[in-house]
Amino acid sequence: MQKYFHSVMLDQEKCKGCTNCIKHCPTEAIRVREGRARIIEERCIDCGECIRICPNRAKLAITDPLERLQEFKYTIALPAPSLYAQFGPAVMPHNILAALLDIGFDDYYEVAVGAEIVTNCLCNYLKRDKPRPLISSACPAVVRLMQVRFPGLLEHVVLIDTPMEISARIAREKATRVHGYSSEEIGVFFITPCPAKVTAIKQPFGSRSYVDGAISMSSIYGEILGRLESPSTNIAPGGSPAIGVGWGRAGGENHGIKDHSLLAVDGIHNVINVFEEIERGGLRDIDYIEAQACTGGCIGGPLVPQNQFVSRVRMENLVKKLSQNNYRCPEIDCNYDFCELPGPILPRPALKLSNDIDQAISMLEQVEKITSELPGLDCGSCGSPNCRALAEDIVRGYAETSYCVFKLREKLQRLAREIVDLSHLQPPAMGRETQKSDEGDEKQ
Amino acid sequence: MDFTRGGEATAKIKKALQLVGMEVDTIRRAVIVAYEAELNIVIHAKHGSLVTHIHPNRVEIEAVDEGPGIPDISLALQEGYSTAPPHIREMGFGAGMGLPNIQRCSDELHIDSEVDSGTTLKAIIINKSRGE
Repeated sequence: MQKYFHSVMLDQEKCKGCTNCIKHCPTEAIRVREGRARIIEERCIDCGECIRICPNRAKLAITDPLERLQEFKYTIALPAPSLYAQFGPAVMPHNILAALLDIGFDDYYEVAVGAEIVTNCLCNYLKRDKPRPLISSACPAVVRLMQVRFPGLLEHVVLIDTPMEISARIAREKATRVHGYSSEEIGVFFITPCPAKVTAIKQPFGSRSYVDGAISMSSIYGEILGRLESPSTNIAPGGSPAIGVGWGRAGGENHGIKDHSLLAVDGIHNVINVFEEIERGGLRDIDYIEAQACTGGCIGGPLVPQNQFVSRVRMENLVKKLSQNNYRCPEIDCNYDFCELPGPILPRPALKLSNDIDQAISMLEQVEKITSELPGLDCGSCGSPNCRALAEDIVRGYAETSYCVFKLREKLQRLAREIVDLSHLQPPAMGRETQKSDEGDEKQ
Repeated sequence: MDFTRGGEATAKIKKALQLVGMEVDTIRRAVIVAYEAELNIVIHAKHGSLVTHIHPNRVEIEAVDEGPGIPDISLALQEGYSTAPPHIREMGFGAGMGLPNIQRCSDELHIDSEVDSGTTLKAIIINKSRGE
């Protein structure tokens, strides 16, 4: 049984063994071996950067098919706010929700409503005496990035559950209360823009997930489009909350919080830069950081069908329209006990060379030595993302010096020189022919 | 003076400490010490080097520079005392927290300095395992 579930997987057939993915992985979790990419599961944070970058479409996200709805008596769709930005300007959230019911869901619960609840909780949480800056827990790829690369920052994470989990819990409770279904009979499905959320369901940060599966936004997109034309269900417009819907794009989380010093950062490599700054003791003047792994926020997720620059405009316009409605948050707002994560998020020490610290130190010395002998071009031909990573892999026993094409060339040159040198040597019994030909040369 | 590259040495030190598997809190403190020492070299000195010795029970960070030196070390250790020129402060640095931060994050601190010659700073951070 594998230790970590991952949504991001490799299609062995399609992978050509190129080095695009290894160079872009923010946790150096991919190696190319025997002409195929391999994912180091302890390090992978399911951000989906490799899915985006792979020219051969060999990286994919495991999500649930619609057929899984049949496993449950009562099914509930949880559309991520980013879903609303995938359609034309005339399509409003209530049209999309109606289409979801037509597809076969028995009910829906908008994650935007969960986001609205989290916004209210956050406003109170920010009044507490906690280490600054506080960091959002909403993006699971970002939280896992901290577990692997920034464990010292985990104490900054806001211990409020995600809008998805809170929505799922409320939706489940309603299904039981109103319709009398038992927990096992209810199937809650998140319509996801990213693989990180799929992993967050299968391997939650809290004790359990209230979501049963995740359906990729791009795979259900066509089904929704087809039903928008002639809906058989009608839903009253105007039920979607503006601030919660706005969570779908970068800056949306912060937009709902007032009276604080707020920073929003999107794109995993930008997030890393900001986190390094916090680690060095900076940004103490910032109260809250909204950090999202995808550029543009969730609308930039690897599993969304629409171009994020188009969906950003759609979302801005939609939020404007919705904010003209006077939306009121449901009853349970500001209740931490309901929304709080049960415990702190623990580090995932995936980088250390050895469990024995003395041994790790001597291994580190070897890493330094080997690194200084490598060319430092970070070409990636060895299958490791850079020269230093190759040195680490060699010391861990996962690679050899000859994986470096430059080192191999050096060795070959040395060998070739040796062959030439050897060819000049001759036993004492030989040599007459050479003498003769030398004389012959002189005569000419 | 190159601020854009300030922090690179610190990043390398952090990577090394993570590979060794130092405690999270040890790494947290070592990064702050290294970064402040690195910035001090960038802001004040002509040349300087940052050397880290890693032992199972402690991290030693040594910053050696050629520069103006510190005339009064106890004054420099006071919060808010800064000799950084105005243009550095405008960039958001030089708030007089560098040495106080180093002192706060290290278990032992030795500073030797000679005016118009240079400064040697040695900070020791004990690797305390948590909960034991």
